[in-house]
Parts: sequence; C-alpha cells; structure tokens
Amino acid sequence: MAFLKFKDKRSPPGTLVPPGFENAADPGPRSELPPEAQPFRNSFLTTQLNYYVDWCRKNSLFPFPFATACCGIEFMAVAGSHYDISRFGAEVVRFSPRQSDLLVVAGTVVDKQAPILKTIYSQMPEPKWVIAMGVCASSGGFYRAYHVLQGIDEIIPVDVYVPGCPPTPEGLLHGILRLQDAIQKGETRIQREQALRARGLPAELPQAVITAEDLAKRKGAA
Amino acid sequence: MSQTAVPDPRAAGAAPRGPAAAEPPSGRWPSRFWGDAQPPEGLAGVPTVRVLREKFPDALLAVADERGDLSLTLRKEDLLKVARTLRDHADLQYWMLQDVCGLDRSGLPGGDADRFHTVYHLYSPMKGKRVRLHVPLDGADPVVDSLTPLWASANWAEREAYDMYGIRFAGHPDLRRILCHQEFVGHPLRKDYPTDRRHMLSRTYSSFPGLPPDLPEGQTYSVMEGDVERVYINLGPSHPTTHGAFRIQARLDGEIMEETRSEVGYLHRCFEKMCEAHTFTQIIPFTDRLNYVSAFNNNVGYAMAVEKLLGLELPERAVAIRVVLMEFNRIMDHFVTIGANLVDLGALTNFWYAFRPREEIYELLEACCGARLTVSYGRIGGVAQDVPENFVAMAKRLNGRLPEFLGYIDKLITKNVIFQRRTRDVGILPKERALSYGWGGPMLRSTGVQLDVRRTHPYYGYDQLDWEVPVRQNGDVFDRYVIRMEEIRQSMKIIRQALERFPTGRHIVDDWTIALPPKNEVYTNIEALMAHFKLTMHGPQVPPGEVYSYTESPVGELGFYLVTDGGPKPHRLHCRAPGFYTFAAFDEMCKGAMLSDFVANLGSLAIIAGELDR
Repeated sequence: MAFLKFKDKRSPPGTLVPPGFENAADPGPRSELPPEAQPFRNSFLTTQLNYYVDWCRKNSLFPFPFATACCGIEFMAVAGSHYDISRFGAEVVRFSPRQSDLLVVAGTVVDKQAPILKTIYSQMPEPKWVIAMGVCASSGGFYRAYHVLQGIDEIIPVDVYVPGCPPTPEGLLHGILRLQDAIQKGETRIQREQALRARGLPAELPQAVITAEDLAKRKGAA
Repeated sequence: MSQTAVPDPRAAGAAPRGPAAAEPPSGRWPSRFWGDAQPPEGLAGVPTVRVLREKFPDALLAVADERGDLSLTLRKEDLLKVARTLRDHADLQYWMLQDVCGLDRSGLPGGDADRFHTVYHLYSPMKGKRVRLHVPLDGADPVVDSLTPLWASANWAEREAYDMYGIRFAGHPDLRRILCHQEFVGHPLRKDYPTDRRHMLSRTYSSFPGLPPDLPEGQTYSVMEGDVERVYINLGPSHPTTHGAFRIQARLDGEIMEETRSEVGYLHRCFEKMCEAHTFTQIIPFTDRLNYVSAFNNNVGYAMAVEKLLGLELPERAVAIRVVLMEFNRIMDHFVTIGANLVDLGALTNFWYAFRPREEIYELLEACCGARLTVSYGRIGGVAQDVPENFVAMAKRLNGRLPEFLGYIDKLITKNVIFQRRTRDVGILPKERALSYGWGGPMLRSTGVQLDVRRTHPYYGYDQLDWEVPVRQNGDVFDRYVIRMEEIRQSMKIIRQALERFPTGRHIVDDWTIALPPKNEVYTNIEALMAHFKLTMHGPQVPPGEVYSYTESPVGELGFYLVTDGGPKPHRLHCRAPGFYTFAAFDEMCKGAMLSDFVANLGSLAIIAGELDR
C-alpha cells in the first residue's frame, strides 16, 4: 500500500500523511533482508476507500477480447511479449464475459454479430468498461455498407475510442492508460451510475443505445 | 483419380529452368491460355471447345478469349450436362469448380436482355487448364440448375450467389442465405440495391431449425430422441478457438459429434459492394482487410487482376519487391496459423515464439510503407513507393534470423508425443473430396495433391527460382503443420534468391495515367499536376472487359474476377476467397469426430474471417 503513494503523484482528496511518517524510523530488522533493501517496511498510508478500490480496479483489468477482425491480430501483438500488456496489469485475458470487466471490441461488428455483442456485454458483471479498438468498432470505419454496424455505440456504451485501422499497439496501450486514468478519477460512465445509485438517486445517464426507429429517423433527417 | 502428382508444365517444354534460362523476373503476361498454348486454328481447336462442340452442337452461345481466359457462354438448359462432360471427359478433367458467382449486367451492353448471369470458374489440375462459363438468366425470375450433384464446392458458392443476387438454384439441398443475416430483406449486390441500406437483426437464430425453440448462444440443450440423449452445443460465435467470427453448432452423442452446422457471415463487411462504389485505386485498402494476416498478398492479387486487364508490364524492381514481400507475408501467415493452432492445443509458449518473428517482419514492412498490418503498399503497376536504401541488407538479415525462430517451434513440437497424438489422423479429408471442395494451398497439398499456382501457372518469375512444393499424403492436422513449416523454409529460400539479384530501376510503371507522378513534378509541372488530379479523383482508366486473375495466397488460390465497363469503378469485383472453400468442408470433416479434435482441426484450417465472409 505504501507503494501507492510513490506511484501516484496526485494525492487523492483527504489524504492525510502525519508529519514524520513519510520516513518512519525503522524499528529494526525483522527479516533476513538488510534494512536498506526494504524501505517501505512498517510504513503505512491513509487514503479513501473509493480511491483505493479504484486504484485496485484500474491495475487489474481483466480484458475480454471480442476480436472479430484485423484489430484482433494487433490485440494479439499487444498481448505478445514485445508490447507486453501485463506491464499495465491487464494481461489476464478471459474468454468468458462473466470473468472479465474490460470488453475490448477489436474489429468490425456487423449487423449479424450485433445481438451477440449485446448479449456478451450484458453478461459482464459491473463495474465494466468498453474500449472500441479501431475505427470500425468506433464508427464503422470505411465500411459504410448494408451489413455493418456504424460503431458499436449504436448498441452498447463505450468508454474509450482508439483510432486507427488498425491502431498501433502503442495506440491501444494508450487507450488502456486513458481508461485507467478515468477509472482512478471515478469518471467513467458506469462508476458515475453506481455512485448515483448508491445515493439512492435514479441513474439517468443517457443510454448510448440506438433503436431501429432512431436509425430510421436519423436516415430521414439526413 | 489414382494418380496424384500434377504434371509439371515445365516438363512439356513450357518454360525451361536452371542457370541457362536465368533471366530477371518479369511481370509479362503470357498471351496464351494458362499452361496451354492456343492452337494455330484458333479457339475452335482448343480441346474444351472442340469436345463441347462435338457433343453439344447447340449448347455454346459464344466462345471468347478474354485476355487469355477461355470464356464460354452456355444455354442454361444445357448447364448440367455440359458441366458433367467437362468434369468427366478424359481429355478435359475439370475436377475443380473453383468459383461460382452471380453477375448483375444492368448497365453493361446487352444487360437489359439477360440481366443476370451465373459465372463459373473451372480448373483442370491434370491438364493445367481453366475455363469460365457464363450462363445468362431471365432477369425477372433467375433460376438455374444447381451444380451440387457434381462438385461439393457448389453448395456454399451457390448459396452466396442466391444471397447476393437472388438467383435460385434448382436442386440445391439447402438454399438459404449464407453471408447476410436471417432478417435481411433484398439482395444487396443487385445494382438497384443502395450501398448503405441496412436491416437490423433482432435476435440470433439456430442452425438447427427443427430445434424448439431456437438455441440461444451460450446455452446447452439436451434433447431426448427416443431413449437416447442428444446434446446440442454452440462453438462460437464468440469462442476462444474460433480466432474470428463464425459459429458452429453440434449435435453430440456423448463425445462424438454426430452432425455439425457451420454458420458464417459474422464478418460480412460488404467487400464486393464497397468495391463497386470506389475507384480502382481506392479498392486497395479494402483488399488489405480480406486476409489481414498477409495483407500484401491481397494487394498484389487484386492489382494483378487490374494489370491483366490493362495489359501492363511491370518493372523488374517492382516484381522483385512484390515477390520478397509476398513471401515474407506468407511466412507471417504460416507463423500465425501454427501459433494459434498450438495455443488451442495448450502449447502457449509457441505462440510467443511465433509472434516474435512477426514483429521483426513488421519492422521491415514499416520501413517500406509505414504500416504494420494493413499495409496498402501494393499499387496498380507496382508498389506505392520505393523500398528504403538498406532494404536488401535488412531483408537478408531478417531472413537469416528466421531459422532460429523456426527452430524453437520445431524442437518443441514436431517430435512431441502429445502433439502427435492430438494431431495425427485428425481431420482427414480424402483428396477426391478436397478437389471437389475446391481446396488449395497447404490444405490441398497435405492430402497428396501437389498443386501450387506459383509452380503450375508461374507468375513473377517463380519458375526461374529454385524451390520445392512440399506435399504429404495423410491430409491430417499433423501433415498441415509439417507442410506449413516446410513452406516457411521454402519461402526463405525464395527470398534469398530474389535478394541475390535484386534489380535496380523503378518501383512502379512510368505512366502517369496509371501511377502517380513524383511529388516534385506535381509541384513544378502543370502536366504532372493534371495527371495527379485526374488519377486521384477518377483513378486509372481501365478498358471494358472481364478477367480472372489468381495468385497463390498462403491459404490457397486467391482469385479476383473483375468485370469493367470502362468507367472509373469496377462493374463487379468478385473475390474467390480460398478460406471460404476450405471452411465449406468443415462439417463433413467433423462428422463422427471427437469433440476434442474439433479444436485441433479448426485451428489448422487457417481460416481468416475477413476473407471467409468478405
């Protein structure tokens, strides 16, 4: 826990570090290691529960790769040894939506696939986040065509859009880092919704779900 | 079909090989039928035409030589018997129905009279010959006989033509949509269908229609049939071993798969409709995303079709760049297939070993064009820009490092007892069926048919290089693995030879109506500026006509059937995707197999969803 203080430069609101505790005196060796090898022993940190829980969440994302197309290959590269997603605590790739909290939609989602994506999203336990990897998942990309969903936000809410066709591995890593920042600040959609619910307020955030009628209306307007 | 080795066209004196004939690779298109010189008396002397004229004097409506492709137009009443003769006649032996597609001719000359055509591409592996059949159909009610009694590949291909054009095939056992979803209305590739008219799908559908109610994803159904229990399960469409988007439903008797039904179309991105809406140059990025594991091969496959129509001769350097990068892409594709297949069998380590060299090949591609996966590096007439100065040195160094990576996998896997037990005698398809399904590439070669487009119909000087076509006899998962490993070695050999005599010169043709002028010319020269504008806005001017062009992709024969009307966009571009025909045989391979073998088998097919569904 003490590591948290040094890793995150932004002190969360309400953090109280009593004077003198930053470099608490070492009461003496208790293990085989010399004292200089264990600088954080016997030190502690006070923080808020929310902040700590969010810190844990952001550093142990369990991605579900909904890999349909080209971006899936780049996702594999990100998971591979060269780019090594595990540096950011998100390497435990789960193939069951019930065991994961980060849905990475990597690739084009077509109309035939849409009900399946919706099912998978609803099967994930909360809190859950969605990264739309690549332009196809974000907006349909250059497939403005009769069988392609024009962005997955027609059916499920999205937290981070990663541009590129496909995005570079660095791009996806950047997207994961941005999501981690947002999770730490408690600013993601699902966290705000949960906060509202916890206070007994109705969670009235707009649902990013478009129905067939909406689509027809939008077409008529255009 | 007892004889297995396909005769080498070089043996007939078609193309001498060896140091004496060592010429730099050339992109020249031979002005003859592939593998068969046109006889002096013209088309009437071509065996296919001669035999058909003798047996069916009235059947042939037209005979044409379309830039080296033999193209016959038939009456639809005669299709079945003509096709049977083509397949069974001893002088013809068209054992493979490579492709079936529809064609909406509205807008073409004569397109009002017979609006729809079905187009068949046949291949005779023993004679090394190809023929294209056109069957004109009634525009209001297009019906034609199904070829499913003759070739297994007709099943899925005809379903696709039905889905896209609404052409009905009489006698087809299971004529329903294949790529579009079940609630789709209309036939999207018809010319009067708007590009972006979508239909929402409200729910998913079971592939076993008789099962009440339809089997939802992720659920298991157990049904008592008499006193026997049958369990229905889903494999996909979101399953860790499908490596893409497709769905297989299986009826199980214990651990035996009694029947499986494959459903595709979960990545149908409307490639062919998008091609009709874009200029010839704009299509190149779409081809990247067909088989995105080896994107450059698709660039070249498409560009070759347009170049064939233009009658273009490529500079030697462009050809050499293409050969080197295509072979590197083939290596990448095989590494992915092997790595993914081994992951599914529980050998995760090899996945890292297989992806490591990919990163190194990506570096080479990035140096050439800046992109990693979807390179869009091919252009009509060459490649987008010249390779960097140190390309040969980089490629040589990379080629020298590949055996090390290959060695890791080889040492861990090839003689591994667990791997052998999981893969030997699994997923066998006999070669007669493989030919009937229109297989190609390593899949077909593992069944004992030594067929490789690079060898049987050489392009880009592949016939002047020293390399072998590996072949195995069993046709099981293990053989496919061995063949892919060997093909990686052969590709390294090809690259080594191509780099040794890497030519200088231009990377693209020096013709401003086809290739963009250099930027400094555009900024200083009005002619170049105009050419740049014309080419960017309208694309190259391609003459009206139709061609079928084919290359050996890592999966099999990648063909592009292109119909043009002289306009800036293609009238029709059909991609003959090898993965589509490979996967069509999957249900037959699974019948009676163990459920656990399903995983090993599926991974070895090298199915890429982008190419499967287009």
